Amino acid sequence: MERHLDEELKELHKDILQMGIMAEEAIFKSVEALKNRDKNQAQTVIDEDKKIDALENVIDEKCIDLIARYQPMAKDVRFITTAMKINSDLERIADLAVDIAQRVIELSAKPLLKPLVDIPKLSSIAQKMVQNALDAFVNRDVSLAKQVFEGEPQADTLRNNVYTELVYDYLAKDPTTADRAVPLLLISRHLERICDHATNIAEDVIYMVEAKVVKHHPEAFK
Amino acid sequence: MDKIQVKNLNLWYGNFQALKNVSATFAEKKITAIIGPSGCGKSTFLRVLNRMNDLIEGVKTSGQVFIDGENILSQDVDLIALRKKVGMVFQRPNPFPLSVYENIAFGIKIHGLKYTKDTLDAIVENSLREVLLWDDLKDKLHRSALSLSLEQKQRLCIARLLAVKSDVVLMDEPCSALDPQATQRIEELMRELKKHYTIIIVTHNMQQAARVSDDTGFMLLGEMIEFADTHSIFTAPKDRRTEEYITGRYG
Repeated sequence: MERHLDEELKELHKDILQMGIMAEEAIFKSVEALKNRDKNQAQTVIDEDKKIDALENVIDEKCIDLIARYQPMAKDVRFITTAMKINSDLERIADLAVDIAQRVIELSAKPLLKPLVDIPKLSSIAQKMVQNALDAFVNRDVSLAKQVFEGEPQADTLRNNVYTELVYDYLAKDPTTADRAVPLLLISRHLERICDHATNIAEDVIYMVEAKVVKHHPEAFK
Repeated sequence: MDKIQVKNLNLWYGNFQALKNVSATFAEKKITAIIGPSGCGKSTFLRVLNRMNDLIEGVKTSGQVFIDGENILSQDVDLIALRKKVGMVFQRPNPFPLSVYENIAFGIKIHGLKYTKDTLDAIVENSLREVLLWDDLKDKLHRSALSLSLEQKQRLCIARLLAVKSDVVLMDEPCSALDPQATQRIEELMRELKKHYTIIIVTHNMQQAARVSDDTGFMLLGEMIEFADTHSIFTAPKDRRTEEYITGRYG
């Protein structure tokens, strides 16, 4: 028998999906803005963040309401608490897209320091990780959630490469490159943080589906 | 839209004041729950709404209760018409020792409504359909209502009200005699019924109030301490006493 709570949970599921679509779009647009050095596109990402913030509050409020009114148990309580955490991760992901967009605006007035090589690779990894984490949530797919973790070491390596190159090949040799090198450094950092949030989402999905805590237990991934 | 407005309602049983200056507004086609510890006056309050307390000796009331704009506490109110419009469901389902069919037809007959057999059949069927009993009982209409399960009896009692076209349904602990599954099904029924009826439920089962209602009132020692939408009451009550009660620190 379908319970009234089931309808509410379906609505919550839809809201999280909507939040995911908006966060993915924010990353996509900020990365496109970076590639095309498009200030207007970057500004759109910043402007649209308000909608994501508003939806975050709506979802939080719904989760609190469901917990207070329905005393959810077992998979229901796991779903609702996971939704709350994913909600917060998605909002942070969108904020990081805004951070990238701000760097794009800073960089847009100046010539590019160097052709972008590792940053586009890092951005595709970040986008793929977020997409897989959300698909894992939607389909309750633990094996896909586990795949998300594989992106993390690659993302760390790419971010380190960007650091090393910018610091040693540019900043150390010519400190006047700072205003063009530092925003790129930060962008690599923002992208790597997006990957961390995707990992958090994947960990929460595993908890939601299997009631297993894999967070802070790297051996549990295997 | 407001269906019921209660203004400064006081009620005494002899010298004991059971309701103290209660005011509240009940929205049409919504479920409002009244919660509070035993003896707080919630059942007394519910019984004011169809003047059931008139049957108790020594009861005195003051204040006003408007239902569809009419003050039902005034002397010249037609009590039969009031109780037809504002029906009540009790803790223990109390079908008459008659057949399922007659239980529903009884109310219609006692209210002097004259219908042909076909119309009466149709009303019985519709009422049973509304409480989701028709499919189970359509071949057993002439069986004694006393042979039904507790949940079916409670549904039948609700169907009885619908048959006489009550539009306010008062429920006094309607699930306390039922098991959790039957309780859940009655709650689903309440959600269905609120599309057409205004429902007020008194319960000491706070979880039920939280799950099923749109608005909630908390009563304590005869006073309406707090009355608000259910979400606010259960996530951010304004009065300390409400908070203590719903978090189990009091009562």
